[in-house]
Amino acid sequence: MTWYETAIQILLIGLANGAIIALVALGYTLVYGIIELINFAHGDVFMLGTMMSLTMMTWVPSLLGVRRASQIPEPLIPLLVIGTLLVAMVACALLNMTIERLAYRPLRRAPRLAPLISAIGVSFILVNLGLHWKGASPVDFPSPHPSLNTDIFRDILRITTPIFFTVKDLFVILLAAPLMIGLSLFVTRTRLGKAMRATAQDREAAAMMGIDINQTIALTFLLGGALAGAAGLIFGLYNNTAWYLQGFRGGLLAFTAAVLGGVGNLQGAFLGGLLIGVIAAASDFLFDPRWTQAVVFGMLILILVFKPTGLLGEATPERA
Amino acid sequence: MADESRTGRPSDVQPSPPEDGRVGTSAAEPRAREASVDDPTPLGAAPSTVARDQPEAQRATAAQHWAELSERRRNQILIGVFAMFVLLYPLLDRAFGWQRMGSMNPILIFVLLALGLNIVVGFAGLLDLGYAAFFAIGGYTVAFLTAPQSPLVQAGIQADFWIALPISFVVAATFGFILGAPTLRLRGDYLAIVTLAFGEIVPQAIRNLEWLTNGTKGMNPIGRPHLGEIELLASDQIPWYYLIVAVSALSVFIILRLQNSRLGRAWMAMREDEIAAASMGIDLVRTKLLAFGLGASFSGFGGALYASMLQFIGPDQFQFDVSILLLAMVILGGIGNIWGVLFGGLVMGAFNFIWVESAAGFVRGLSATPGLGFLAIVDLNNSKLMLFGLALVLMMLLRPEGIFPSAQRKAELRGAKPATATTVAGVQESLHDARA
Repeated sequence: MTWYETAIQILLIGLANGAIIALVALGYTLVYGIIELINFAHGDVFMLGTMMSLTMMTWVPSLLGVRRASQIPEPLIPLLVIGTLLVAMVACALLNMTIERLAYRPLRRAPRLAPLISAIGVSFILVNLGLHWKGASPVDFPSPHPSLNTDIFRDILRITTPIFFTVKDLFVILLAAPLMIGLSLFVTRTRLGKAMRATAQDREAAAMMGIDINQTIALTFLLGGALAGAAGLIFGLYNNTAWYLQGFRGGLLAFTAAVLGGVGNLQGAFLGGLLIGVIAAASDFLFDPRWTQAVVFGMLILILVFKPTGLLGEATPERA
Repeated sequence: MADESRTGRPSDVQPSPPEDGRVGTSAAEPRAREASVDDPTPLGAAPSTVARDQPEAQRATAAQHWAELSERRRNQILIGVFAMFVLLYPLLDRAFGWQRMGSMNPILIFVLLALGLNIVVGFAGLLDLGYAAFFAIGGYTVAFLTAPQSPLVQAGIQADFWIALPISFVVAATFGFILGAPTLRLRGDYLAIVTLAFGEIVPQAIRNLEWLTNGTKGMNPIGRPHLGEIELLASDQIPWYYLIVAVSALSVFIILRLQNSRLGRAWMAMREDEIAAASMGIDLVRTKLLAFGLGASFSGFGGALYASMLQFIGPDQFQFDVSILLLAMVILGGIGNIWGVLFGGLVMGAFNFIWVESAAGFVRGLSATPGLGFLAIVDLNNSKLMLFGLALVLMMLLRPEGIFPSAQRKAELRGAKPATATTVAGVQESLHDARA
């Protein structure tokens, strides 16, 4: 492999992983933008999204009388994937909204560390739910179709190259991109999106203009949860594994991405997610996969120390 | 004090006022709640047991007598009773056959760690989510100086436990300063995330740097402390118990002196209002740095004792849930109040190391009862995280100041300054520019 082939390979792996990270990072950034809370439990909502999808992907085939998802009739497979996506999105959206209602809303006027501690508590509760649901060791996530592992360059385009780019990688990007574009359009083009932006900018003034603040914040959590649910399914399809601790680690990666892009900024989260994906892939190649997490967390510290506003963010003064 | 209204007319005195039961009612009656915190019944077991068999009137006088004591005197008595209990615990344990000495030692080490964390979180108001990292650094310092796998020992540099103990104190403090120096200018929640990331990096580095730390296999045996010719053996818990109690008592003494010192007052001033503190001439960065460094240093003590007591150290002992257990101890007992943290630490520690197992057995027993079979799926040992999480959420929602709060902290957390929460001082960060 020449150096540029390695670079392309890193970019391709990074893009697929980065798309998943970006979906989760959007949830962090939406919530931080509107109530300035690091929603610590968000990573675990994402984890439960994977668990939910896993349950769907094993339960539905068993209803049809086959053992594995890849054995159900060919035309039903896209339906299964889309159905699972919708179920995971709705479940995570409702879960995230419930969390906001129970654990964060009563603390909205408390000092800012109080909701953060509450969020850590919620995160632990969700991790424990995941542990009870699917056990302590990683579980296999069924692949719905064997063609997902086909290599695009060699098997489809017939190009001789050492670079791997499977249908699965493309599939991840194709699933994630419309969700992100949809969210962006929702926030910039709709009335509710405008209400969200207004609430983020000045909650009191927004309330005086007749915006229902509670409803708007609940909507934000709903959107963030839906994206996390989608990311959960995509993560499972891409990595073929589900683990109750994936939310903690994945959540920190995504939070790093949100901070890198400038927390509170949607394009920033998107950009940050892709960058973190590429950086993690590069670190896998250059050092050792065992060091990748330390590299990313080290980067998080460096970004927060030297450029806490991130790449695209604006300065936020501390409020007590 | 609010107690005066009660002591004024003895006939009105309730024999056992269950006031501490109404946890977290509306914030409208701070005076009444203060009275319930000082109330003799929750802790003052001695007078009430004496009075149990006596007529109502005399019991009232006992309670009244207790209430008439100055607050300082009452606290002295409570601390005395507590100290006696701690000192006599091994005898009690043996006399009643509790068999809990093996759990008491780790509990006390965790309480010691919680006291250190309280300096950072409680006194200075900086949320530290990676305290386990300093705990690991303290433990590994002792391991480097005493364990046969360490490169230092292989190079011929070996130290005695008594020398390694203060060195681990200094090394942990140094790492506190190193992490603190660049990060303390950050705002509160960003600082929390930085400490969290640090807390993840340290065990990871320990796991991966196999030439230095022996990786996941860990190091053992670690040097033991000795008195003259006698070594403290791992099998004998009681000498360890008294060693840990002595180090903890020394730490409590140091922390109490710190709290009332110029530095301690600066911490609290800074916690309440950074801008006001700075304009009074407090050097914020230096004050925060000292909180971080000193807070970390006590985990050096804890780590050294823990590693030496278990005779083994490995990266898996210092995961994120350790940091959260310690944080829960501080929050449960009362952020910023040393006695509250001691109480919260003992309760959470006992919960973590003792009660979960007993309660799990109890639930399993219950599930044998007809109609309660569904309880068989509840395994409390696997539900520790959920219970910690619930404790954190419920404490924040119902009683954010903890069970025994410090007066200042309570005022702050109960929203004595509603203005700061509603009038947003700065321009909030926007999702998008709404003007566009």
